[in-house]
Parts: sequence; C-alpha cells; structure tokens
Amino acid sequence: MKLTEFNFGDLFDAALAWENLPFILGGISMTLAVSFISMFIGLVFGLILALLRGSKRWFLRWPAGVYISFMRGTPMLVFLFILYFGLPIIGLELSALTAASLGFGLNSAAYIAEINRSSLNSVDQGQWESAKALNLSYWTTLRKIILPQATRIAIPPLTNVFMNLVKSTSLAAVITVPELFQKTQIVVGRTYDAMTMYILVALIYWALCMIIAFIQDRLEVRFSKYV
Amino acid sequence: MSEPIIQFNNIHKSFDGVDVLNGINLHIRPSEKIALIGPSGSGKTTLIRLLMTLEEPTSGTIIVNGENLWHMEKNNKYVLANEKHLQNIRGQIGMVFQHFNLFPHLTALENCMVALMQVQKKSEEKAKLLAAKMLERVGLKNHLTSYPNQLSGGQQQRVAIARALVMKPKVMLFDEVTSALDPELVDEVLQVIRGIAKTGEMAMILVTHEMDFALDIADRVVFLDGGVIAEQGTPKEVIEQSNNTRLQTFLHRFRK
Ligand SMILES: Nc1ncnc2c1ncn2[C@@H]1O[C@H](COP(=O)(O)OP(=O)(O)OP(=O)(O)O)[C@@H](O)[C@H]1O
Ligand SMILES: [Mg+2]
Repeated sequence: MKLTEFNFGDLFDAALAWENLPFILGGISMTLAVSFISMFIGLVFGLILALLRGSKRWFLRWPAGVYISFMRGTPMLVFLFILYFGLPIIGLELSALTAASLGFGLNSAAYIAEINRSSLNSVDQGQWESAKALNLSYWTTLRKIILPQATRIAIPPLTNVFMNLVKSTSLAAVITVPELFQKTQIVVGRTYDAMTMYILVALIYWALCMIIAFIQDRLEVRFSKYV
Repeated sequence: MSEPIIQFNNIHKSFDGVDVLNGINLHIRPSEKIALIGPSGSGKTTLIRLLMTLEEPTSGTIIVNGENLWHMEKNNKYVLANEKHLQNIRGQIGMVFQHFNLFPHLTALENCMVALMQVQKKSEEKAKLLAAKMLERVGLKNHLTSYPNQLSGGQQQRVAIARALVMKPKVMLFDEVTSALDPELVDEVLQVIRGIAKTGEMAMILVTHEMDFALDIADRVVFLDGGVIAEQGTPKEVIEQSNNTRLQTFLHRFRK
C-alpha cells in the first residue's frame, strides 16, 4: 500500500471492531479484578511501609527503605516473571491471577508508600499535638485525625497510581491472564487486523481511565468541603 | 493549705544544647489561677508544653496530683514512664493552643466528641450531649455543625476551649490563646476564659500578653525571664511592690 492510497478504512475497520468488541470486553472483568486486588494490596501494604519508613527505629525504617528502592528499581514485568516462573522452582506455585495481583500490588505498594509518607507529613504537626493534648492514642490519632486529612492530599497521586495499574495489567497477558489485552491478542491472531484491534483496546483503556478520572474529581470535591 | 496539684521541681530544659529553662521550681494549688508572663523567648511555652508531655525535661521532676510524670515505680525501681502511665496523667490536663489546632475535617461538635468517645469511651449519644452543652456554654449553640473553616478565629478558639473543657481536666493550660486573633475577636474569647476562671475549681496556667486580663483573673503572677522565675506574687504585689526593673519595664510595655 502506498501512502497516497491511504483511506481510513484500512486503518480502522469499524465493522470488524464492532464484531469483536463483545469478545474483547469479556476481558474487562479480569482487568478490573487484577487492578482492584492489586490496588487493595498496594494500599494496605503501602500504608504499613509508609509508617515503617517514618519510624524512629532504624531496624523498621531500613528494611522498608530497601524494599521501596528495590521495587522502584526493577521492571514490573521482571518481578512478575519471578513470581510466576521463578517461585515454582522452589515449590511455590501461584495461579496466573494470584501472581499478577500480588506482583502489581507489591510493586505499587512502593509508590503508594512514598505518596502516603509525604501526605502524612503534610498534615500540620499541630494536629498531632492537639490530639495528644486530648489524650488520643497514636493509633486513634492516625485513624481519626491524620489519615482523613492525608487522604485528601493523597487522592490525586493515588489516582495516578491506579491508572498506571489499570494500564499495567496488560502485562499480565504475558503470563496468560485472560484480561483485555490477552483477549485482543487472540482476536488479532484470528483476524490479522492488528491495527484495528490494538486501536480498539487502546480506546477501551482510555475509556476506563476517563471513568477513573471522573471518580477522582468527585472524591476531591467530597474531601475538600472543609478546606 | 492543700497538696499542690502540680509541682515543677528544679526543671531544666535545653534544645540542642541551648538552655531554655534553667531550674524552675513552681508549685500550683488545685484551684489556683496562674498568669505566666515574660518576654518572648523566656520559656513560657516550653514550660507548659512540658506539662502537656509535648516535650520532655532535660532534668528535674514534674509531679501531677502526687504522681511523677516522666517516671513510674516498677518492682521498687524508678523507670521511664510508659505510654499508659503518661496517658493516665495526661487525662488530667487540657491545653488550648495559640493557633487553635482544631481538626478541620470534623464539625465543632465532632471536635468536642472525638476524645470523649475514643478516650473516655462514652457512647455517641452521651458524647454528643456533653459536647453540645459545652459548646453552648462557650456561646456556640448555633454552630454545632459548622466546620472550623466556616467559623471566625474567635469562634474557632472557643471551640478549642470547649474541646479541652469537655474532658473535665483538673488543670487547663492556655498558651497565648488570643494572640493569633484579630483585635475585635479577642474579647469574646477572654470573656469565656474569665467565666471558666471565676466558676471553675480547676487550676489554670495562662500564658498571655493581655496583661490587664491576666492581672484581673490571676491568683498569682509568675514572671519568667531567661528561663528562670524572676519574680512572683499576687497581682497586687507584682505590680505595686516589685522592684525588679525588668518586670517593671515589661509591665509598662504591655499594660494599656
Ligand atoms: N523545639 C524547639 N527546638 C529548638 N528550640 C526551641 C524549641 N522550642 C523552643 N525553642 C527555643 O526555646 C526558647 C524559648 O521558647 P518558648 O517558645 O518557650 O518561649 P516563649 O516564652 O513562649 O516565647 P513567646 O512569647 O515568643 O511565645 C526560644 O529561644 C526558642 O527558640
Ligand atoms: Mg510562646
């Protein structure tokens, strides 16, 4: 095909896209499942890491620092392969879904920890002091006073992490998780129309991320009513 | 004379090697109202923060209601106080800060309820009742559900006072609670404090530059200078009879 003969239909075959859309969308539940489970793992573990990082005790602070550094410094895909192809060698076999969720979750935890750390620090020190003057314990202060305020600050960067996570789940196709991208690859194998199908799946990811951005806006409004 | 509720015994405090308090000895009776005055940097804030356990003394002992604040007895030995010991004593002390430090994500009512429920384990209904009553007492009956950012500085500081009072402390600490306020909002806060001082059987330590107010409500005025108590006595004694020249210059500057 010469460039002069270009027409839009060669780029994107709408009829073919429409025909295969239901099959590809079949992967959306898996994409969302991996995203949400990973985000949950990331949030819980990320909070623990952030608190360890801020500890006065070096033997708590230091391992957390090493962990965060390692996770930020290794490619997600490599870590995924370690979990899925590496662990069975020492007798620990994970399902593709477990490996993916765990891999993305533990990796995101490192980024979330850094976000949590700076959000927690950005809450005014006077809040800790007045909580102490009211005799609230460390954990109660954290739960009732500090975290609600830190959350507001953390929402935009956490949303970013989540969007990245949703997009990164496409890597799970490599370890056979039947999510959006894997389904797309199957269709490409069948129809040989790589352009149409990859554009289609790109649009689906984009739509997902727009929904997430919309939710972020709503959350921000809700949390900013008192600032 | 009754046992002192608070004793500072030879308290020293330094920050990074810089001495801020140099041997404070001060005993406070259970219902005594102390005005703590002194030039900027003399250590007033530091002294009451030590009592609130926001800072730890470098040396010396603080006794609250007969109990050593930073040390406790365990197997016949004096050991560093644990968190539980500190919490027991902290419960007897309330503090109001210069910059209010209200919880911005909670309403006025919730600000006053949180410690009742979390520390004193009161039920929500009971806490709500007590908090509302206390807010009414500081003149905020119509602002129970307002968030701090919807209130004026004077109103916010009154919420902070109610929040501390509702815990029924035996000692209340006020650290320049009107100095962050616009001048026209100062009086409403002073009125509230005056009301508490006149009725309460609580001990109070007031750090303030509102000299006439301090002299009016205080049983005793303590003048801190360079980290030591340079002069103390009844307001009358301090104003009329002291021949401490630094105190006289200080009073002269701050009295209207
Ligand atoms: N956390 C700290 N670290 C280092 N220095 C401190 C700290 N807190 C207080 N200081 C120093 O201790 C001295 C006494 O401070 P403090 O706040 O007790 O004085 P103050 O009498 O309350 O003064 P002001 O009237 O200005 O509030 C000051 O020189 C201050 O810089
Ligand atoms: Mg001060």
